[in-house]
Amino acid sequence: MSNKNKTYNRKKVVVVFFLCMATFVLLGVRLADLMIFQSAYYTDKAEDLHERERAIKAARGRILDRNGVVLADNKTVCTISVIHSQIEDAEKVISFLAGKLDLSEEFVRKRVEKYSSMERIKSNVPKKLGDEIREADLPGVKVDEDYKRYYPYDALASKVLGFTGGDNQGIIGLEVIYDEYLSGEEGMILTLTDAAGIEIEAASERRKEPVAGNDLVVSLDYNIQSYATQLAKQVMATKEADRVSLIVMNPQNGEIMAMVDVPEFNLNEPYTLTPEYEALRAKEEARKKAKEEAKKEQDENAVKESAEEEKSEEELRQEKLNGMWRNGCINDTYEPGSTFKVITAAAALENGSVTLSDTFSCPGFIVVDDRRIRCHKVGGHGAEDFTKGICNSCNPVFVTLGLRVGAERYYDCLKQFGLLQKTGVDLPGEAGTIMHKKEAIGNVELATMSFGQSFQITPLQLATTVSSLVNGGRRVTPHLALRAVDEKGNQTESFEKEKGRQIVSAETSETLQMLLEKVVSEGGGAKAQVEGYSIGGKTATSQTLPRGSGRYIASFVGFSPADDPEVLALVVIHSPQGTYYGGQIAAPVVRQLFENVLPYLEK
Amino acid sequence: MAARFRTIQGGRGQSNNETYFDYSLLFTVLFLLGFGLMMIYSSSSYKANLDYNDSAYFLKKQLTAALLGIVAMVVVSHIPYHFWEKLALPAYVVSAAMIPLVLTPLGYSSHGARRWIKVLGFSLQPAEVAKLGMVIFLAYLVCKMGKQIRTMKGLIILMIPPGIIGVMVWKITQNMSSAIIILGIAMLMIFVASPDYKRFVIMAVLGCAAAALIVFAIVQMANSQDMTENLNFRGLRILAWLDPEAYADDKGFQTLQALYAIGSGGIFGKGLGESVQKLGFLPEAQNDMIFSIICEELGLFGAVALILLFMLLIWRCMIIANNAPDLFGALLVVGVMGHLAIQVILNIAVCTKVIPNTGISLPFISYGGSSVMFLLIEIGIVLNVGRSIRLKDL
Repeated sequence: MSNKNKTYNRKKVVVVFFLCMATFVLLGVRLADLMIFQSAYYTDKAEDLHERERAIKAARGRILDRNGVVLADNKTVCTISVIHSQIEDAEKVISFLAGKLDLSEEFVRKRVEKYSSMERIKSNVPKKLGDEIREADLPGVKVDEDYKRYYPYDALASKVLGFTGGDNQGIIGLEVIYDEYLSGEEGMILTLTDAAGIEIEAASERRKEPVAGNDLVVSLDYNIQSYATQLAKQVMATKEADRVSLIVMNPQNGEIMAMVDVPEFNLNEPYTLTPEYEALRAKEEARKKAKEEAKKEQDENAVKESAEEEKSEEELRQEKLNGMWRNGCINDTYEPGSTFKVITAAAALENGSVTLSDTFSCPGFIVVDDRRIRCHKVGGHGAEDFTKGICNSCNPVFVTLGLRVGAERYYDCLKQFGLLQKTGVDLPGEAGTIMHKKEAIGNVELATMSFGQSFQITPLQLATTVSSLVNGGRRVTPHLALRAVDEKGNQTESFEKEKGRQIVSAETSETLQMLLEKVVSEGGGAKAQVEGYSIGGKTATSQTLPRGSGRYIASFVGFSPADDPEVLALVVIHSPQGTYYGGQIAAPVVRQLFENVLPYLEK
Repeated sequence: MAARFRTIQGGRGQSNNETYFDYSLLFTVLFLLGFGLMMIYSSSSYKANLDYNDSAYFLKKQLTAALLGIVAMVVVSHIPYHFWEKLALPAYVVSAAMIPLVLTPLGYSSHGARRWIKVLGFSLQPAEVAKLGMVIFLAYLVCKMGKQIRTMKGLIILMIPPGIIGVMVWKITQNMSSAIIILGIAMLMIFVASPDYKRFVIMAVLGCAAAALIVFAIVQMANSQDMTENLNFRGLRILAWLDPEAYADDKGFQTLQALYAIGSGGIFGKGLGESVQKLGFLPEAQNDMIFSIICEELGLFGAVALILLFMLLIWRCMIIANNAPDLFGALLVVGVMGHLAIQVILNIAVCTKVIPNTGISLPFISYGGSSVMFLLIEIGIVLNVGRSIRLKDL
């Protein structure tokens, strides 16, 4: 007891103590660094680890016609899921859900008994059935509401509106082009989970509300669209045609009031091939086969080349679907034929190559270089002035006009009219014009182009160009969307298009109006007359390519009133049976349309 | 020095024979125990409920051990510490002999390591016993040696007993961290006992250099592909320490999760009971990693407050050691002080990724029955040394 500790022992204890204290201070500094300066970094990391995201779908914006008729809407559907850990009476849940949802017990059992945080049983369940299941209040059964795109008029304007896929994204049509306005922003529920992924009930949820998409107001008019569809279907049926395209637009500003391309398809079931399309497909295949057989007889060796590669079932189905969804008004091109004479006339008038008093003589053909180009009237139209020539749709007159203008200037005119570019319509997949190269246009090419052959454009391109020529001479951009509107009805974006540049003089435009009115009142377009209204228009009958197939395209473009057009319609009938003249079968379609639409628009 | 000791609580009697009792030490220890129980409940209740269907499972076990420990502490604090001088050799031999028992049928494994034995229904970690046995024996040995301690030979002799225990703990129970703690305590005791500084500074420098060399060698091995497979789990732990995110799925997982817990606590913490990391993310949340949960729930403030409590504890040990009536008493206290300081420092250093991950519990706080019981016995010894201080000597 007596030997007191030596001084050095005490000193050393103090040294040890201060070493410990110094270390503690250093650890404290390290802690402060972690918990103050690196806190944000580790907090983020920890939250990423703890939080599970559940998306809340945003309501997709509706598509409304110009008068507010809803063309594309959302309906509430339910998704039924089970949460394994919350189920109390598994057998009851299985038999109840199997019964309600019309599923096999085996199917439901597999999901109910699977150990997972949440298992989906069925989605897209009608709201009413979902409500019934919710009211049964079985522990562990979860009913989530969801939106599903719904098109109240099924096939109406199917190729224009388009439809959406499973993730609420546009697949074709306006749904694609205006997806960013329509789709809105998904919301999110962030829930805290433990390491096993089980939600912690006491923890408060963080919720980010979804932002609903904007409504899109389009220039389509439900009444005009329905009536146009009815007419197109009717003529397709009576003439046993392959397809009928019908465009109704305002030539002054390019707003499309109706765009029909029958056969259409049901937007609520876009992946079901329609019988109409299957029939068309069968028809096309039969023709192809016949052609191949004819070819086989000619040349045995060609068989191998034409032997098509085997396509898988899936590829074939997708190809068929793509075919069914195609919008013939903008995705496909055709030889416009005589309707194109409007453009040739405009080019000639604008260049001063022709006056109304010029006279021509038609012997039933015209010789260009070494070619003899026939007029559709075998005996010829004889002597005629220019007005008469356009009323007769006389080929030699327009060939003469084309040659007078000359290849270079004619080509420049097409360019100036906007024919060599796409129209810029707000729909996906617009086809471009298929045209000779400028250097390659000889007299023969020029002659055929003058009456609308040897090149291809889309129906919409023709309707747009004629619109621009007769509206006073300014190029319009065809379009559908007018404005985007938010939930409260405030306009968030305007899609109105400025009228474009002057492509022909006002005088030329006026002359064309007068000439085309004559075509309807006195010439080949007589069947488009509507009592009490002045109508301008031009017929066309062209052979489908390749020539000699015996199939034709009958078309008619008409507008009214003739001296200040407010509405323009183009109908294109592909492969009609029997009478195939545009003036005989296409003009009456436009007449019927105008008989209803003109009084309707006056209101 | 006397002026400083005026602050000591306790009977400041007039009588020459009146002795001292360190209430600050006692209450600090009791407070830490209570705080530890609270944090064990907070950090373990979720897992306990999942695994044992009883959220207080770990709390109850720890509470039992703590109560037993307190009884033992009270008893030991009444045993004059010179009693241990007589028991020094047997204590050392018995504690050393217990270590190989883990390999007998008495031993059992937990957490993938065979470190426990079961005696009379209690599980016991021989390494904890060995720490105490070694402290007593070393203090005894130093006193026996007298002046010989000043020679190199004396130092080497002193290092043999802790060396034997250390190697046994390391090799037999595969518990390198306990071995390091035992050697660390021994080094501190010998340092205090010896008047020399130079040799210890040299040893410390050499030790640091060796550690740096090992880390360097392991990194080199890891860089040469074919050698990576030869690295054992300790080598991998060092690599995971250097870059925990690269080993996030395996060896770096616990370290990373501890950092998430600490970092996300911020300055004021998420609030008591609000830790998310304890919900199965952070392994050993109630055990070696409990400090991370304290940081997460109570923030930097809680963590610093806890560190200050440990500082207070070590300060009280220093006061008692320096006023102990004799060298034996002083060395016993220094041993306990070293034990506490080393474990606290290493535990916090592991949680904050200052050193590679190794299993070291936080004294009085972490879950672990033998640890808390033997720590309380050690505190009992310190309290008794304190009692032997006569106030007239202060």
